[in-house]
Amino acid sequence: MTSAAAARTGVAVELTDLRRSYGGVAALDGLTLHIEPGEFIALLGPSGCGKTTALRCLAGLEDPDSGTIEVGGRDVTAIPTNRRDMGMVFQAYSLFPHMTARQNVEFGLELRKQDKAARRERAAAMLDLVGLSAHADKFAHQMSGGQQQRVALARALAIEPQVLLLDEPLSALDAKVRTQLRDEIRRIQLDVGTTTLFVTHDQEEALAVADRVGVMRAGNLEQIAAPEELYTKPANAFVADFVGLTNRLTGTANGAHASVLGAPVALLPGSATSGSVEVLVRPEAIDIAPDPAGNATVVSASFLGAHAKVIATTDDGQRVAVQVDSDAVTSYRPGDRVRVRPQGDPALAVAKS
Amino acid sequence: MSGERASFRRRQSLFRRVVLAVVLTFFTLPLLASLEFTLQGPGGTGHQLTTWTTLMDFGAIAKEYPDLKEGFLSSILLAIFTVIVMLILLVPTMTWVRLRLPGLTRTVEFLCLLPLTVPAIVLVVGLTPIYAWVNYLLGALTLWLGFAYVILVLPYAYRSIDTGLRAIDVKTLSEAARSLGAGWGTVMWRVVLPNLRTAVLSASFLSVALVLGEYTIASLFARKNLQVAMYLIGKSDAKISVAVGLASLGFAFVVLFGMSFVGTARKESR
Repeated sequence: MTSAAAARTGVAVELTDLRRSYGGVAALDGLTLHIEPGEFIALLGPSGCGKTTALRCLAGLEDPDSGTIEVGGRDVTAIPTNRRDMGMVFQAYSLFPHMTARQNVEFGLELRKQDKAARRERAAAMLDLVGLSAHADKFAHQMSGGQQQRVALARALAIEPQVLLLDEPLSALDAKVRTQLRDEIRRIQLDVGTTTLFVTHDQEEALAVADRVGVMRAGNLEQIAAPEELYTKPANAFVADFVGLTNRLTGTANGAHASVLGAPVALLPGSATSGSVEVLVRPEAIDIAPDPAGNATVVSASFLGAHAKVIATTDDGQRVAVQVDSDAVTSYRPGDRVRVRPQGDPALAVAKS
Repeated sequence: MSGERASFRRRQSLFRRVVLAVVLTFFTLPLLASLEFTLQGPGGTGHQLTTWTTLMDFGAIAKEYPDLKEGFLSSILLAIFTVIVMLILLVPTMTWVRLRLPGLTRTVEFLCLLPLTVPAIVLVVGLTPIYAWVNYLLGALTLWLGFAYVILVLPYAYRSIDTGLRAIDVKTLSEAARSLGAGWGTVMWRVVLPNLRTAVLSASFLSVALVLGEYTIASLFARKNLQVAMYLIGKSDAKISVAVGLASLGFAFVVLFGMSFVGTARKESR
């Protein structure tokens, strides 16, 4: 957890040995997760890994088969959704269609018996926070998807929830709005300091906003760590494969190092330490240079905006993806001979299957 | 080629007009004949408005045709009772099935549509022993026919409400409301019902129209509603009976026609 997070207000959340199955298929298989007060946790994983089920159990929208959920030290496992005091933003647009943006934001406050003036003031402040003061009197169908999700965020925050739950709130939006709203969510979360659980299948989103990112598979956490640690020191091959692009290059391990494409690579803890291995090397951790006497042939080169990607095949038949500066992309044409080699950054090695 | 196409279009257009004219004639001719009948003077000579002016004089008609007054009031009460019971029964059930028991959707649909396949006479045979208990426990009031009418209106009301529920994301909306602190009552009253307004109105109006036109069950259970009263009056004063029939038909038509504007007006008001 970052020091900034520690300074924030918020409550701790503790999920302990949560289990939930649907028709014999385990969606949560003993999930245990601790969230620090004010921390922003992102749960990342492929479809069906249990991340949404975990969030819905925390919200009270699903009942776990076993396990406990504590919020702020209080066991809320058996408490119904409407008494859990959590704000939630859904993947689907969830504004009440018969209410204006302001009325939507005031809804939770009204249920808490706040007087009209206080409600108005709070709703105005929340809409201002999400930059939609001018849209207060609009109905959902008069707003764009991004605006609707902003109002939903304002509505969730208006009740000053103990925990903010975000269930893939950006997945229905186009790329540009996604990025904007993603950054806005992080800014607002830092402002209000609410403990937040964010579920997404988009790794970039998770890495960009969260204090810690948990990667889930088959109902359990594979690894939970700060974004940079998760990216640079994946605990296993699944995490390395799921978070970012990874090359699986054949090498020979010898203790703390492996030899890959003729270059030494330091191995991360948990790696296989002897024999023939597959080393998981990021595309940006590989050097490439035109070289008629090189060890690979370019297959394709794609311009991707901020950077470019070159795909090459080594002489021993391995496919290597390399990230290069976008202005260098013209140096590589299909058929060109190149030399590729790992830069030597620590990487994970798994025994070759 | 284009000449052939134009000729085909002309023939198609003519065919459409002919079909429309036949259908309109089929529906309007009996109504016009009935109207003409109510306007006939004594002995079938000339035309006058006596029947309609009599019908408009509520005080006189209540005194002169007490059966009609009783039947009219019974039908109005039955319509209100049926609509209330139908909504209380159907809206929460269908919402709950959609939210929590989607596997039961087909079963509920089947049960609700079943009355369409059961003739009223068969329904009466089945209901007779039940109504023996209803009469014994609650008294032999015409109003209790409403329970049978709820069964009759189920297919139409189900379709309307189902369409309304399909048009909104009930699950997400109710979960959003619940997460904000709403209990199930608040979810239904503040979130689901306002968004089903058009569907609920549609189901209600269809139920009213059906109840106002119901004769078989009331007659076989020896209860007096509007249709039974019309039949009884028809034996002594056919013109008034037919005029009441036309008026109730007109009322049902206006209600159904108005229904189509409710949703539109609501959308425009946003």
